[in-house]
Amino acid sequence: MAAPVNGPGTDPRAAIAPGTAIPTRRGTELLLLGFAVLITLAAHLIIDITVTGSPGTELVTFGIWFSALWLVAHVVVRRFAPYADPLLLPCVAVLSGLGLSMIHRLDIAGTQLGGDEPTSVDAPVQLVWATVGLALFIAVLVIVRDHRALARFAYTLALIGLVLLALPAVLPNSEINGAKLWIRFGGFSIQPGEFAKICLIVFFAAYLVDKRDVLALASRRVLRLELPRGRDLGPVLLAWVASILVLVFERDLGSSLLLFGIFVVMLYVATERASWLVIGLLLFAGGAFVAYQLFSHVRVRVDTWLDPFAYADTGGYQVVQSLFSLGTGGLFGAGLGGGRPDQVPVAKSDFIAAAIGEELGLFGLVAMIVIYLVLVERGLRTSLVVRDGFGKLLAAGLAFSLAWQVFVVLGGVTGLLPLTGLTTPFLAYGGSSLVANFGLVALLVRISDAARRPAATATSTPAKLTDAPTEVVQQ
Amino acid sequence: MNAPLRKVAISVLVLFTLLIVNVNVIQVIRAEGLRENSRNTRVLTDEYGRERGAIVVDGNEIASSVETDDTLRYLRTYANGPLYAPVTGYYSVLFGNRGIERVENDVLRGTDDRLFGRRLADLFTGRDPSGGNVELTLEPAVQEAAMAGLAGQVGAVVALDPSTGEVLALASTPTYDPNLLSSHDPAAIRAYDEELDAMETDPRINVGISERYPAGSIFKVVVAAAALASGDYTPETVVPAPQDYILPGTSTDLQNFGNEPCSPTGEQPLIDALTISCNTAFAQLGIDLGEEAVREMAEAFGIDGTGFDIPLPVEGSTIGDIESDAALGQTSIGQRDVALTPMQAAMIAAAVANDGVLMNPYLVESIQAPDLTVLDQTEPEPFSEPFSEEVAAQLTEMMTNVVDEGTGRRAQISGIQVAGKTGTAENAGPDHNWFIGFAPAEDPSIAVAVFIRNGGGTGGDVSAPIARSVIEAHLQGGG
Repeated sequence: MAAPVNGPGTDPRAAIAPGTAIPTRRGTELLLLGFAVLITLAAHLIIDITVTGSPGTELVTFGIWFSALWLVAHVVVRRFAPYADPLLLPCVAVLSGLGLSMIHRLDIAGTQLGGDEPTSVDAPVQLVWATVGLALFIAVLVIVRDHRALARFAYTLALIGLVLLALPAVLPNSEINGAKLWIRFGGFSIQPGEFAKICLIVFFAAYLVDKRDVLALASRRVLRLELPRGRDLGPVLLAWVASILVLVFERDLGSSLLLFGIFVVMLYVATERASWLVIGLLLFAGGAFVAYQLFSHVRVRVDTWLDPFAYADTGGYQVVQSLFSLGTGGLFGAGLGGGRPDQVPVAKSDFIAAAIGEELGLFGLVAMIVIYLVLVERGLRTSLVVRDGFGKLLAAGLAFSLAWQVFVVLGGVTGLLPLTGLTTPFLAYGGSSLVANFGLVALLVRISDAARRPAATATSTPAKLTDAPTEVVQQ
Repeated sequence: MNAPLRKVAISVLVLFTLLIVNVNVIQVIRAEGLRENSRNTRVLTDEYGRERGAIVVDGNEIASSVETDDTLRYLRTYANGPLYAPVTGYYSVLFGNRGIERVENDVLRGTDDRLFGRRLADLFTGRDPSGGNVELTLEPAVQEAAMAGLAGQVGAVVALDPSTGEVLALASTPTYDPNLLSSHDPAAIRAYDEELDAMETDPRINVGISERYPAGSIFKVVVAAAALASGDYTPETVVPAPQDYILPGTSTDLQNFGNEPCSPTGEQPLIDALTISCNTAFAQLGIDLGEEAVREMAEAFGIDGTGFDIPLPVEGSTIGDIESDAALGQTSIGQRDVALTPMQAAMIAAAVANDGVLMNPYLVESIQAPDLTVLDQTEPEPFSEPFSEEVAAQLTEMMTNVVDEGTGRRAQISGIQVAGKTGTAENAGPDHNWFIGFAPAEDPSIAVAVFIRNGGGTGGDVSAPIARSVIEAHLQGGG
């Protein structure tokens, strides 16, 4: 099971062995990016032909734009983060390409049924957002030359994060589908929570690396668990209260669950105390129980999760439709353009995984989940390999946030968990999520560059360098 | 920090494995159930993507599929929706099918075995597959007259061709517009559904076939048939007809309608007893004949508690358990547990009209391929022979007398001899009003039953005029 993080030639000690030329693997990245672009364009072409009978006129424009996007990303990485993990970017490319194809497919679903007009033209908009995301990606890599510099802005970022998080709750007009997650201006709405998540992860990393020694102090042992001191419970309680506030004022079950989960896991990684996980779990259970008792919107979510078919016309409608979509897809799927994923509500955003499951089948959907898994595990390996504590925690937080979000979203879409309203990273329609996640990947790329950079050129201090092996010995 | 990191990495692997296992369960194990779930509109879309066959009356399509630009390609539309709604039913995205749309669904959507060759041909010629047509036996003028007569009341009219069993009219009120339940706009469908739900009587229930009601005096025709068939009675046989009749073994005083005497002498010929619908005479007659004779005759008409299909399902009619002679007395005047569907009532009239041969009632004339070639034609079949031609003639004479001189006078048509029997059935609410009859008496081409629920008047006042207009509509139509 631990193979991906223990692969040969990637051991941290091997990476810093003197005299060895470290391959940058940029060629691998370019090859894989080309493959991702190829898959995307093939998907687009198949969709156009199946649905309308001929390749769409915008296919060439899209192809050039989409290829250019990743070529630019690759060049920037080659220039500014030459030792970055070569798998991160291709994973993102194939996921966002698949997302764009599926959004395009749902755009033209109307044409399929004899209508003249496409239902919507969201794919080009999403492509523009991907371009904005790329701009952020480049900006992060160019500006943040050393991820450790971010630690200095931890408290500023915390403040920005909290403001972003609180903004929709205090602004009017922010409610969509019962949850207050949006800031709107003009015809334009963004979900600041996605950006808040990253800011807060940076803060958590800086804060926890600072306080880890204190937080790891044990008071007494109960059932093989080393319990922390009572007065050290402050931070975790604060995170818990903040999550509850998000739940109460923004009715956002997803973000609430996401942030608290990330914090607890980062706390565990920082302190190596499993007791924090237990405390986090207990707090979560308590919060969940109270929320279930107090808030009807939480109750509805849970009830429909337990038996979606009993509420098939009301609260369970979305999940039931999603299950129909997946079930109809079966093993091999209806083929791109061959199903009816447009029958699932909000198929482009919340339920895009169902659309993929319907048209690409079990194989396609599992392949997609595995790509996410690869992305997350590469992020976690970066965390394992990077030498400084802040980088470790930051990479772990970012990678885990992706994993947690994918798990919660896909769990919701497939009926494994209650629906939360979180978006599927990179895949789902929505600018904020896409742009924010490009930023997230930029940070991972930056840290992975530091992790794989040969010791001679590494800028980390000797003190930090000795840290890592000691810990490896400890385990 | 690496030890917990490895554990986190493994935990992520476990979480994702959970996801993958769950997706496997959905897309493999539960796939078939989900695919075929009736709420899965993909099946619907598939069905709506094919041109559904038409329901045809007298050469005109009363239900047909029209191509649209909607997500669901074909829209089901009903010309004259409310007029035929009790028969066609609806074809709803949300509520499934009802009526002919339901029972002939396989034909209409083209999956019926009789359309197999056609489907095969579609496959090879690349023709868009489409469903077969269902041609009904209804006569538009008769159906219109029936619905017009029922307007504003809760009730039903069933008209049969006594010699074949063809259903000429199957009207039920209140009615509804099936177009509004068959639209492609779920919100509008729900709104209309709620509107219908809020009504006192759900219009989607066909009063003519789906519900049974106390029969009242129309059941006297069955008792009279039993008497005549026994060979011990003729229409001229004088039977006791007192003003009051104390049911045997009880102190219950069975009275005539309005507590009037049937005859100054306390007895009268059977024909007169039926003409004025004398309760005391028929109660005693039934008891004299015995439960077995009455029940046998009722069952010969099909009144045996079991339903049948025309092909719309018809609820079974019953005379109930008869525990005593007192109960038999009440049963013989159509009270107590006697409950008939208007369809069953029409069948009583039809049996008399067709010389004692009751024909199987049927609504579907033929099944046609999309190119109108007939794939299957319903052949008339006898249902039973409750009595002889001679008894039929005697009953016709008696029922003619009812319309000529008795309670059914309002069913008279100048120049046409109408035979009939009225019924005014007591129940918890205002009386139900019945009329069964046929015409022309000498060579009947239509048998009809009219039922008004809780009409409050008498069968002769309320229902007979409706029967008259229905019969007129049929006869003027050249039928």
